[in-house]
Amino acid sequence: MSMGTGEIWTVILGLAIGTFLIRFSFLGIVGNRPLPAWLLRLLRYTPVAVLPGLVAPLVLWPAATGGTPDAARLLAAIATLAIGLIARNTLFAIIGGAATLYTMLWILG
Amino acid sequence: MPRSNPKSLVWQGARDGAPFMLVILPFALLFGVVATEAGLNLAEVMGMSVLVIAGAAQFAALQQMVGEAPVVMVLATALAVNLRMAMYSASLTPYLGAAPLWKRAFAAYLMVDQSYMLSIAKFETEPDLSLSEKLRYYFGTMILIGPMWYAASFLGAVVGKAIPPEFALDFAVPITFLAMIAPMLRTLAHVAAAATSVIVALLLAGLPYGAGLLIAAALAMAVGAGVEVAMQRGRT
Repeated sequence: MSMGTGEIWTVILGLAIGTFLIRFSFLGIVGNRPLPAWLLRLLRYTPVAVLPGLVAPLVLWPAATGGTPDAARLLAAIATLAIGLIARNTLFAIIGGAATLYTMLWILG
Repeated sequence: MPRSNPKSLVWQGARDGAPFMLVILPFALLFGVVATEAGLNLAEVMGMSVLVIAGAAQFAALQQMVGEAPVVMVLATALAVNLRMAMYSASLTPYLGAAPLWKRAFAAYLMVDQSYMLSIAKFETEPDLSLSEKLRYYFGTMILIGPMWYAASFLGAVVGKAIPPEFALDFAVPITFLAMIAPMLRTLAHVAAAATSVIVALLLAGLPYGAGLLIAAALAMAVGAGVEVAMQRGRT
């Protein structure tokens, strides 16, 4: 990472203030007014709209292998997703994914 | 449920929040480790964990920083992850909106997935709790989780340097994100939004400054909302 100290703290403070304002928005500023249904509907999908797009390139083109797809990492990703879908539990999915990654890295050397 | 002692509401919140320590501990530990590997010093890691206290957004910011995105794009991506909290804020307002300003500000600072979900469930099932009982419960849910988030971030930042590359920690972030996403895929609309996000982000991966991800996120939100509306129409 080539960011300097000033830029890093700009990110930290910007994220802190921005996140607080999002959290404080209705509770502190707007008050008890109903949100329009279309806005609620969009907000409901923000995590599933941002995180999958963030993670997809990291899975397909990992920096650790210079951007070439890697069998161990792909299988670990599939295992994590599958366990998370079946168990509906984040912790189990992390443990299963990590176990798959280490097993495959060990087998594929 | 005995209601005479208001202190018991803090205790109830703490007890309901306790199981989430199993999720918070590894997640915060990992943030400390990965942030240190990315080049953040101890003060910066702790600054982020204490001031922001939002795991997914912190990881998203880190990922964009490592990807050499400019500050504005780092902030846009990470704040987009936190937009859901506007929904939490709106839905808590009928219950906590009458509290003094400083208590509402403190409640806002501690608004995370766990405190929100536990409290909303409590407030809906026990509608005759007083305002002060509701606040005690809300803050109670964070009494263990909050300090644990700081402490584990600190521990991760301190031990991070000692972890050798054979542990393939580069892949800890994708695994963590996938593990968070999978349980969220509850409806067809959520699956459609996630699929849109993946496809568009991959197609636009060549765009500079992480702009592709923001476009993918906006389209995915629209697709999720659109599918939800279509499903509702189909049902009625």
